[in-house]
Amino acid sequence: MIYNIPFYTVIIIIALGLYIVAFKRNLLKIAMGITIIQSGVNLFLITLGYREDALAPIFTHLPKDTIIPEGMVLPIPQALTLTSIVIGVAVLALILSFIIMIYKEYGTIDTYQMRRLKE
Amino acid sequence: MRKLLALVFFFIFCGFLVFSVFELHTFGNPPSDMDDYIISNAQNETGANNAVTSVVFDYRGYDTLGEATVLFTAIAGVMILFRKGGKHEE
Amino acid sequence: MKNEGLSPIVQTITSLLFPLTLIFAFYIILFGHVTPGGGFQGGAVGASAVVMIIVAFGAKHIHEKMNHDTMSIFESTGALVFILTGLIGLLVASTFLSNFLIGEFIFGKIPAWGSNPGILNSGGILPILNIAVGMKVIAGLSAVVLLMALAMEDKKK
Repeated sequence: MIYNIPFYTVIIIIALGLYIVAFKRNLLKIAMGITIIQSGVNLFLITLGYREDALAPIFTHLPKDTIIPEGMVLPIPQALTLTSIVIGVAVLALILSFIIMIYKEYGTIDTYQMRRLKE
Repeated sequence: MRKLLALVFFFIFCGFLVFSVFELHTFGNPPSDMDDYIISNAQNETGANNAVTSVVFDYRGYDTLGEATVLFTAIAGVMILFRKGGKHEE
Repeated sequence: MKNEGLSPIVQTITSLLFPLTLIFAFYIILFGHVTPGGGFQGGAVGASAVVMIIVAFGAKHIHEKMNHDTMSIFESTGALVFILTGLIGLLVASTFLSNFLIGEFIFGKIPAWGSNPGILNSGGILPILNIAVGMKVIAGLSAVVLLMALAMEDKKK
C-alpha cells in the first residue's frame, strides 16, 4: 500500500523548481527551473488516473482474463498529459531563442548585471 | 531583507500545496464514470484498438487542433526572431 | 570551434543509423491506432533523427541542402490536411471532425470486441490525422534546432 507518496513527490519537485526560478541569477538556470515545474505538473496529471494492478487501455493482444472496464487504467489523463508535454516543448523553444538574442545584445547572461546596462 | 520576505512567501505557498493533498482521493482507486464508458464503447464507435489515441483524436479532437496551433505559433515566433534581414539603413 | 562537424567515424555511423531511425518513426506514426504511439510520439523520434544529422555534419553543410523554407512548406501542409479533414466531416455528417470513414472502403473495418490482433484497415480518420500531425512535428522541431545552430555558429566567428 503506497498511501499517497506520489503526490508528496510532486510537491517536492514543484517546490525545487520554484526555488530555482526565484533565487538564482543565471538565465539558463531559470529556464531549467521552468522545465522542472512543467515536469512536476505532468507527473501529477498521470498519477491522478492510476488503478492498482491494472493494464494499459489497449486491446491489441490483451491477456484473456482481464475484466474490461475495471482492469484498465483511465485513458483521459494520458491525453491531457500529451498536450501538456507538447506545450512545454514550445515554451522552452521560445525561451531559449530569447536567451540567444539577449546574449548577442548584452554579452552576458547574468541578470544582476543586465539591470545596469541601460545605455 | 528581500530574500527573507521571498523565503516566507515560498514556505506559505508550499504549505498551500501540502494542505491540498489531504483533499484528494487515495492513490489506487480514482472516480471513473466517463472513462468506463469510453473503454467499453471505443471499439464500436471509433473502430480503433487504442483507447488513448481515440480520446486524443476523436472524443477530444478539438483540443488537439488547438495544441497544433500552439506548436505552429511557437515555431513561427522562432523563425521571425532568427531572420537574417541585414541592416537596411537608408 | 570547427564547423565541419565531428570525426569521420561518427559521420559513417550516423549515415548508417539515419534511415533506420526514420523508418522506425514512420512505423510509430502509421500504426498509431493499433499499438501505443501516434502522431506526436513518432514526430519526436523523427526529429531526433534529423538532429543527429545536424550534430554530426555541421549546420552550414545541411543548410545548403535543406533550408528552413522547405521545412516550413512541410509543416503548413500538415496543418492544412488536418483542417481539410475536419471540414470534409462538416460537409458529410454536419459535425466538425466527425468520423465519416467507418464502414467505408479505405480505413473502415470495425474490429471484434475485446482482445484481438490489430488490423491496419481500421480506425476511421485516425490514421490520416496521425500522418498530418507527424509531418508537422518532424518539420517544426528540426527547423527550430537548425535555426539555433546557425545562429550560434555566426556568433562564434
